[in-house]
Amino acid sequence: MNAQKQPPRVGLFATCLVDLFRPSVGFAAVKLLEDAGCQVTVPSQTCCGQPAFNSGDRRTARDLALQVMDAFVNVDYIVAPSGSCGGMIARHYPELFENDPSLRARAHAFAAKMHELVSFLVDVLKVEHVKAAFPEKVAYHDSCSGLRELGVCAQPRKLLDTVEGLEQVEMKDPDVCCGFGGAFAVKYGEISDAIVGVKADTIEESGARVVLAGDLGCLMNMAGKLSRRGSGIEVRHVAEVLAGMTGTPAIGAPQKKSA
Amino acid sequence: MTAHSTSPAFKENAHNALADAQLQKALGNVRLNFIGRRAAAADRLPEFEALRDQARDIRDHVLRYLDVYLEIYERNVVAAGGHVHWARTADEACSIIVDIAKARGAKTVAKGKSMVSEEIGLNAALERAGVKAIETDLGEYIIQLRGEAPSHIIAPAVHLNQEDVEAEFRKAHTHLPKDRDLEAPEALLAEARAELRAKFLSADVGVTGANFLVAETGTSIIVTNEGNGDLSQILPKVHVVVASIEKIAPTLEDASALMRVLARSATGQDMSVYTTLSTGPRRLDDVDGPQEYHVVLVDNGRSNMLGTDFEDMLRCIRCGACMNHCPVYHAVGGHAYGWVYPGPMGAVLTPSLIGVEKSGHLPNASTFCGRCESVCPVHIPLPKLMRHWREREFERHLSPAPARAGLSLWAFFAKRPALYRFATSVAMRALAWLGRDKGRFASLPLAKGWTKTRDMPAPQGATFQAQWKTQRKRSR
Repeated sequence: MNAQKQPPRVGLFATCLVDLFRPSVGFAAVKLLEDAGCQVTVPSQTCCGQPAFNSGDRRTARDLALQVMDAFVNVDYIVAPSGSCGGMIARHYPELFENDPSLRARAHAFAAKMHELVSFLVDVLKVEHVKAAFPEKVAYHDSCSGLRELGVCAQPRKLLDTVEGLEQVEMKDPDVCCGFGGAFAVKYGEISDAIVGVKADTIEESGARVVLAGDLGCLMNMAGKLSRRGSGIEVRHVAEVLAGMTGTPAIGAPQKKSA
Repeated sequence: MTAHSTSPAFKENAHNALADAQLQKALGNVRLNFIGRRAAAADRLPEFEALRDQARDIRDHVLRYLDVYLEIYERNVVAAGGHVHWARTADEACSIIVDIAKARGAKTVAKGKSMVSEEIGLNAALERAGVKAIETDLGEYIIQLRGEAPSHIIAPAVHLNQEDVEAEFRKAHTHLPKDRDLEAPEALLAEARAELRAKFLSADVGVTGANFLVAETGTSIIVTNEGNGDLSQILPKVHVVVASIEKIAPTLEDASALMRVLARSATGQDMSVYTTLSTGPRRLDDVDGPQEYHVVLVDNGRSNMLGTDFEDMLRCIRCGACMNHCPVYHAVGGHAYGWVYPGPMGAVLTPSLIGVEKSGHLPNASTFCGRCESVCPVHIPLPKLMRHWREREFERHLSPAPARAGLSLWAFFAKRPALYRFATSVAMRALAWLGRDKGRFASLPLAKGWTKTRDMPAPQGATFQAQWKTQRKRSR
């Protein structure tokens, strides 16, 4: 049997936030997956449907879920640099089609192929270490969906430990929500701001110079709060550090002036 | 009459709560006191997770056969010499209790802590009938002095600091020396105890809630940490238990299984200090107890939840763990929710009981972080149930028009990948160009709720999909 010699075919679900705001995370994900021996494709994509699902618009959520399931064919796995979109597909797609006998089995099968990037590297591909250097003191924030829906917690910390020069510190309550919550951050801006204010306090108290997480929504929220406070703490997606792609300015930092 | 609601004003309530320094200080205690203790209690018990599963299964079984168990329970209460009253609504429940009190010529009623009595507005109903209700739980006593509603289902005065309580006692207990020392918490406790003792002795009727109603024996169970519930139900001649219909536990064994997760989830105690079982009135050879024992079973909307998406909510055993772990509750406290039940459980239960049109904010004011579900002793999928309320609001066009318009505009593009790629690639380049100097925006139209207090990071430039396409073309 040489079936195992075939590289796993991975469809990268970049997520709409990475696609639009921070393509460098997408490229970091591709590098990590290719370094681990995967054959990566990027099927045409928009959004996983979570904003509609969480706004109570199940029909649009179902339409978008079908669109994603139609686009990601001929892959062994679907991988996203996000626990939030990953959770939507892995946990909620089956729920969306639970009462639809013609699609239920397909949604379940699709959901079973869905993985969050870092847990995929560690749990499925058995990656033990990465080839990257980042001589900084970093704190990792556990984004809620990744943590509670997909069990992402030890994996990123394990790989970060293998980054040359990197020192990990823990912020207080790294598992507590940053207050993002999608549309919540705008609809209930004041409450969201109070929550991210507490998060920013704990980040600052940790002594870290860089804060990392696995979800761009949370990262933009924390970065937006920290920069408004005038804090010099850098905010980055964990994939950028693991891939050794930290040449780009941090989230919310000025673009480097081209020479 | 069901308790008054300010839930439609959730946003203003939250705004005021966030600006209230005293409240913010008190709310720090919720984070400090409950979370670590619950975690430690759960860690001490290797079978805690298995117990949660068992508790969920017991509650599901009860809900499936609720009608059967209620009838068994009623038979056993009557067999023990008690009376059972059925109340479909809050009004009916209040009338039954007011009638009991008036028929006995009661002037005062001593009350143990009961959330369902808050829900049905019992104190106001008694007041209207000329009967004074006296709250005997320390927290309830304090907020009764202040004319407030509870802000937490197990710690009703958690929104107050020690100095607030001292000030309230000085204002209320004017017969005591002005220069008395109330510096220590123990002094406050002693003063409340002395004040309340006289009231227990003079009360004609005692009203308590119930944590569980045991069907096989007709027993009501309350758990407290102050012993006030015992005094409320033993000293007066008449004991009235007011409880909602889903509080049934089939057997004493089931009740004890539920109690093993209740206190641990609530306060991190292995057990509450007092667990009191009441079965009927005083028997001939009993040393104490009431002459009459009544149970008022309140529906008030619950039977309508059976068999719906919201049935799982009726598993709730009122431990408060969901609010203790909720970042939104931590930020705004319980009063902001505007009705009796705050936090995640309130965000699901309140729309069920008073209507989603009056409480639409509640299920929306959640980040869906899922911490509530992760600590719920009976595994209620709280975010999922909040989402079901959002679905009802969306179907009934109750969600705000701008949000709906934004959602459908976004959906229009999201469902057309080619158009989406083109539009976003143009938009992101433009935004990136606008934000090129600072890398972020201090203000953005349509996202003021965000940019008022936070910067919005600018996009990097070309979208990932656009860059990927050019890169792969080049490498081919």
